[in-house]
Amino acid sequence: MTQTTHPDVRGAGPGPGEARVVSHRPGGPLRRLTRALAPLPWIAPATGLILFVVIWPVVAMFQTSGQHYSSLGFDMGSAGWKNFTRLFAEADLTSVMVRTVVWVVAVVTITMLLSLGVAQLFNKQFPGRRVARWALIAPWAASVVMTTLVFRWMLDPNNGAIVVFLHQLGVVKDFNGTGSNVLANPVSAFCWEIFVAVFVSVPFTTYALLAGLQAVPADVYEAAKLDGASAFRTYLSVTLPLLRPALLVAALINVMNVFNSFPIIYELTGGGPGNQTATTTIFMYTTQQTNIGEAAAMSVVNFGFIIVIVLLFLRASKWNSAED
Amino acid sequence: MTTQTAPAHAAARPAKSRAARRTPPRLRTVGLAGGAYLIAIFFLLPYLEMILTALRPHNEIRDRNYLPHHFAFSNFINIWDTGLGTNLRVSLEIAVGSTALVLLVAIPAAYYTARRNFRGKRLFLLLVLITQMFQPTAMIVGIYREFMQFNMIDSVWALVLVNAGFNMAFAVWILNAYFGAIPKEIEEAAIVDGCSRVGAMFRVIIPLAMPGIVTALIFTFIAAWNEFIVALTLTTSDATHPLTVKASSYIGQYSIDWQHLFAGSVIATIPVIILFALIEGKVVSGLTAGSVK
Repeated sequence: MTQTTHPDVRGAGPGPGEARVVSHRPGGPLRRLTRALAPLPWIAPATGLILFVVIWPVVAMFQTSGQHYSSLGFDMGSAGWKNFTRLFAEADLTSVMVRTVVWVVAVVTITMLLSLGVAQLFNKQFPGRRVARWALIAPWAASVVMTTLVFRWMLDPNNGAIVVFLHQLGVVKDFNGTGSNVLANPVSAFCWEIFVAVFVSVPFTTYALLAGLQAVPADVYEAAKLDGASAFRTYLSVTLPLLRPALLVAALINVMNVFNSFPIIYELTGGGPGNQTATTTIFMYTTQQTNIGEAAAMSVVNFGFIIVIVLLFLRASKWNSAED
Repeated sequence: MTTQTAPAHAAARPAKSRAARRTPPRLRTVGLAGGAYLIAIFFLLPYLEMILTALRPHNEIRDRNYLPHHFAFSNFINIWDTGLGTNLRVSLEIAVGSTALVLLVAIPAAYYTARRNFRGKRLFLLLVLITQMFQPTAMIVGIYREFMQFNMIDSVWALVLVNAGFNMAFAVWILNAYFGAIPKEIEEAAIVDGCSRVGAMFRVIIPLAMPGIVTALIFTFIAAWNEFIVALTLTTSDATHPLTVKASSYIGQYSIDWQHLFAGSVIATIPVIILFALIEGKVVSGLTAGSVK
C-alpha cells in the first residue's frame, strides 16, 4: 500500500509555492492586505462549514450546560452549576461511568488483539486472499444500525439464529425462557453488546494493521532469519515494534469510536433495564429526553474525556517519534 | 533435545528447515487459506442472515430453521407499499447533498493548502484535524440546540450540513495528498498555454486527482448514508426519517415486520458494501493521515 503524504501541519516556512505569490514584490499596505486575503476564496467555505457545524455546537453545548430549562424546553435563565450538581447526584452515574471504562477497555483490547491475529493471517500469501479480504469489508461499510438490527434478530429468544445454534450446542435449554432471552439480562446483554462492538471494529483495525505490516521492509525479516530467530521471536522483536505507530493510531481511532458508539447499545437494550447497560453516551441521550441542561452537563463531561484521549495520544505519538 | 552435541545440532537444522520449506508449504497454505476463509465467512454471516430473512415468506418468519423452505422475492416488491420508499429518498438526499457540499468546499481548500504556504495554514489544518477527532455523538446536545435556534428541526438541509462538516476532514486529507503529488510543471505548462489558474485547476488538476476525488466522494456518501444519531435527534416526523432511523423505529413496535425491515436493510447495505470495496485500499490512509506524523 502506498503511504500517502499528509499535509505538513507544522510547515509555515516559505516553500516553493511562495515564489508565485511574491512575484510582485510586497509593496504598499493595500497589496499586503490583498495578499493576506488571497487564501480566503479557497479556504473560507471549508472554515465556515467547520465553524458552523463543529465549533458552534461545542459553544452551544457549554452554554446549555449552564442554563436552566423548564421541562417544556423554555430557557429559564442561568443555572450556575446546578446542572452539574444534579448530574453528579444521579444514583446511576457512578455505575454508568465504571461501565463506560469497562466498555472502552474491553472492546478496544479485544479488537486490537483479534485484529493483530487476523492481519497477520491476511498478510500471508494464499489463493483467494483478495476475496477473503473483501469479505472483511462488509461490517466496516455497512451501517452499524443495520448490523446491530441483524444481531438483535439473531438473538431473538424464540427463533434467533444464534439462539437456535446455542440450543443445538446445548447451551440454551429452552426457547423463550430466561436462558434464551439474553438481552433481558443486563450482564449477558452487555457481553453481547461488547461482542457486536468488537465485530464492527475488527475490520477497520485489521486493515489499518495490514497497512502497517505491508510497510515493514522484507529485508528486516531476511536479517532476522539469518540470525536464526524463530517465527515467534521475530514477531515479538521485529514485527511488533515496527507496527507500533500503526497500533497506536488504530487504538486511538478505536477508543474514539467505541467511546462515542451509540447505535449498538441503543438498538439492543436502549441502555436498560434501568440504565444497567448504559454508557455515558447513552446516558446523555436518555437524559436529553427529559432534561436538556443536565444532558449538556453530561456531554461536557464526555467532551473532557475526549480531550484527554486526544492529548494523551498526541503526547504518546510525539514521545514515539522522538525515540526513533 | 538440548543434550545433543553442537555439530549434530548444526547439521540437523538446515536439513530440517529445508525439508520444512519443501514439503509442507502446500499443507501450510491450505491451512492458512482455510483459516482465512472461515474468518471471512464469519464476518459475512450477519449479512447472509439479513438476506435470508428478507427472502423469508411471512408465514415462515418465526421458523427455527436456518434456511427458509420457500423464498419470497415479493418482499422486495411489497416493501414499497410500506412507505420505506420515502425514507430511502431522504437517505439519498442527505447522502448526495453532503457529498456535493464536501467536494465543493474540500477541493479548493485541499488544493490551496497543497500548493501554497500562507499565514493561517497551520491553524486551518489544525481545525480540520480537530473535526476529524470529534464526532457528532459527543456534541449532539449542542447540535440539537443550534439547529433548534435556526428552526431547522426536520430539515434535510440540517442533516446535509452536519454530515458534510464532520466528514470534510477525510476529503481534505486524501485530496491534499493527491494534489500535492501532481507536479507543478504540468500546471505551469497549462498556464503558459493560456489557461487561467482556475482553468488549469479544472482542466489539468482535477482530472489528474480523479481517483482521490472518487475516494472522497464514495467515503462521504457512505458515511452520510449510514449516519444515525444526528438524524435520530434532528428529525421527528416519519417523512423526514432516513432509512437508519426508520429501521430502528420498527423495533419499538409490538409486532415487527422483520422480512420487510431486512428487505430495506439489504437495499440500504449491499450497494454500500460494493461501493466501499472500490475504495478500500485508500480509506485507511485517509483516516489515519491526520494523526500520523
